[in-house]
Amino acid sequence: MSRAIRFAPLAVLVFIVVSLVWRLATPVDTNVHSKLDGKPVPMFSLPPGIPTKAALSAADLATGTPHVVNIFASWCVPCIGEVTVLQALKARGAAIDGIAVRDRPADIAAFLARNGDPYERIGSDTQSRVQIALGSSGVPETFVVDGKGVIRYQHIGPIDALDIPMILTKLDQSK
Amino acid sequence: MIAETGLAALWLAAGLAALQLVLTILALRTEIEVSAQVRSIAVIEGGLTLAAFVMLLLVFARSDMSVALVFENSHSAKPFIYKVAGAWGNHEGSMLLWVTVLSVAGAFFALLSRRTSERTLVAALGAQATLALGFYSFLLIASNPFARLFPAPSDGEGLNPLLQDPGLAFHPPTLYLGYVGLSVAFSLAVGALLTGEVDSRLARAMRPWVLGAWVFLTLGITAGSYWAYYELGWGGYWFWDPVENASLMPWLAATALLHSINVLAARGALKAWTMMLAVIAFSMSMVGTFLVRSGVLTSVHAFAIDPQRGTFLLALLAIYVGAAFVLFALRGATLKEGAPFELISRESGLVINNLILSVILGVVFLGTLYPLFVEAISGEKLSVGAPYFNAVAGPLALLLAVLIGIGPLLAWRRERRPLFKELRVPALLGLCALAITIILAPRMSILPRLGLMVAVYLAAASILPLVRRNPVRTPIATWGMVVAHFGIAVALAGMAMNGAFTSERLAVIKPGETLGVGPWTVLLEYVTPAAGKNWTAIEAELRASRRSGSTVLRPETRYFSNPPMETNEAAIETFWNGQLYTVIAKPDPSGGWQLRLWWKPFVTLIWAGGALIALGGALALLGRVKRPRRAEPEWRKERYA
Repeated sequence: MSRAIRFAPLAVLVFIVVSLVWRLATPVDTNVHSKLDGKPVPMFSLPPGIPTKAALSAADLATGTPHVVNIFASWCVPCIGEVTVLQALKARGAAIDGIAVRDRPADIAAFLARNGDPYERIGSDTQSRVQIALGSSGVPETFVVDGKGVIRYQHIGPIDALDIPMILTKLDQSK
Repeated sequence: MIAETGLAALWLAAGLAALQLVLTILALRTEIEVSAQVRSIAVIEGGLTLAAFVMLLLVFARSDMSVALVFENSHSAKPFIYKVAGAWGNHEGSMLLWVTVLSVAGAFFALLSRRTSERTLVAALGAQATLALGFYSFLLIASNPFARLFPAPSDGEGLNPLLQDPGLAFHPPTLYLGYVGLSVAFSLAVGALLTGEVDSRLARAMRPWVLGAWVFLTLGITAGSYWAYYELGWGGYWFWDPVENASLMPWLAATALLHSINVLAARGALKAWTMMLAVIAFSMSMVGTFLVRSGVLTSVHAFAIDPQRGTFLLALLAIYVGAAFVLFALRGATLKEGAPFELISRESGLVINNLILSVILGVVFLGTLYPLFVEAISGEKLSVGAPYFNAVAGPLALLLAVLIGIGPLLAWRRERRPLFKELRVPALLGLCALAITIILAPRMSILPRLGLMVAVYLAAASILPLVRRNPVRTPIATWGMVVAHFGIAVALAGMAMNGAFTSERLAVIKPGETLGVGPWTVLLEYVTPAAGKNWTAIEAELRASRRSGSTVLRPETRYFSNPPMETNEAAIETFWNGQLYTVIAKPDPSGGWQLRLWWKPFVTLIWAGGALIALGGALALLGRVKRPRRAEPEWRKERYA
């Protein structure tokens, strides 16, 4: 067996390992980019999620000021952790509306009482219709909508404290 | 306390592995006799690791939420069996299971091995201890399964509902027995390369381990394929997903190895090649584990993804495989090839088998990692899917299936008889099958058509080694070979039938309406809510009827609360000539329900074939372990004289 053949497996291994190291070292953009970026919010009108709060419709999102729209549910575990982030956003001046997906008024009220309430308006989307129209496939998701009702950003999955500056910038740019 | 005991056992085992490594180096550099000590250390180490794993099972069984791993992967409302299965349904637990199998295999190897020289045994046990040491440090440094949470949470976060299935609960352990069983072949190859004792004795020592690991791999792949088939609700049995390929690659390498090892055992030939395959087979297990656990490739199997763990595993892989390859490059030249053989002989048949299997392995490996290489070079993202694998691996597999019928009929060294005579009947049957498909199904595509033909031919040809032999005096290993080769024909027939004759319907219908699929008319009777221990569901009742009778099926969509997730529980009814596969999906605003129906003729043959292949392997193993004692080799007589 010649020298070249004997060292061939080693050379192949080195090539593979270098590729894999490169792959592990390069950060991957795993975000799914929304097709609705730059499109107006679809027409919708939802009943209130809890009786004591205002309902949410597409018209409420085209009032001249940018809004954060958070899709959540009382049965969604990551949504619990997200409430503190939303409250921090609210404290920095963001207007936040919620869409409660496949939920019941009593459960939503209990969720807000237990975890806090960052929302101005909450619409109840019992059949996920508005959620699907918005191009959202799960809970939680967060949208930034500008003053004319045009979607400027879609975030899939929970937002955390590190996302706050980014969302505030998006809100500023949407003014 | 249980968790701390487990952790302590793991540390002790790691210490013993280090000690074993030191002793091995000493023994190989000097002439000190340490094999008895090394054997007992390997056994104790295996026992300690097993104890650590049992401790992990205990904390899961008791739902001890103060252990972080239990909190993250279990819930007190879960059925007991899934509490236990939760122990390995996560990264840390599965790595502990991996190292447990590794060191228990080492312990059994130390206890049972009588076939190699003491020097090679010590070197192999040292290699096994080095492997274990790497994985112990991985567990203890980067993924401690026994980490505590303070304060202890009141309840856990739950297990991925897809994994709450009896088939899947036992799928990973089976696959791991296969993956890690190959580690003994790796260690033996490394040990023999170190001592230079690559001979037929080594092949006989290695063979039971390769066979055993291969049986478990076959079972694991077959079970995993059936799980994906009924649990994912897509009606497919193989998706060429990176995680599936990760289990297929070691299987292909092990299949090649268990054939080439016979040449080494019987004829003392193919030394370098067999050592290389033994190294590659276990390397493929490590590559598989790395691919699954590091998340470098996107897969439908979303496991925990963590770059630090990926780096650690990659480092281990590079060190172990790299060291074995360096050893091979340095020692390969010293290997003297054994007895020569002629062009038409059992040996060259097995060489061709190995070549084809290696090419298929290369095809799967390249297809699995190709997206990665392309992205590294051009930055372009792409994925390689079933069309590539089917088009490239399919014809190769068919060619291999044709040769499987011939190989076992060849004599060692030199074949003088004309084989065409014996193969006349199988070839004729295959051509008959081809003619029948052309008449009955003229529009069938080429690959399934050839598949059916080859399956019929191979089913007949695989039995030929038994013809005109006394069934009682035929060695069990030969029976094993025949059963496994027949199993390949059965699985191939199932795949071809499924590819050619499956009918599929997807429609929205309302209760009271019907939908036809294949010979069946399916009536949606009603849809009703249902509930289980940790899920709620909607359940449909379907009445399926055809000329020969009718049956009721109840597919479900389940909603799990911890963690929130939705799964489709397909309702599958098996008949002698196929399976009716039904899935109920989302409701439609108009009051209808999405219904997916498949009629899959003879699809069960795929898994029946897989089971036969595994059974064949088990018989061969039995035959190799329980050999008649009449041909006692020289060295064994010396040992007990």
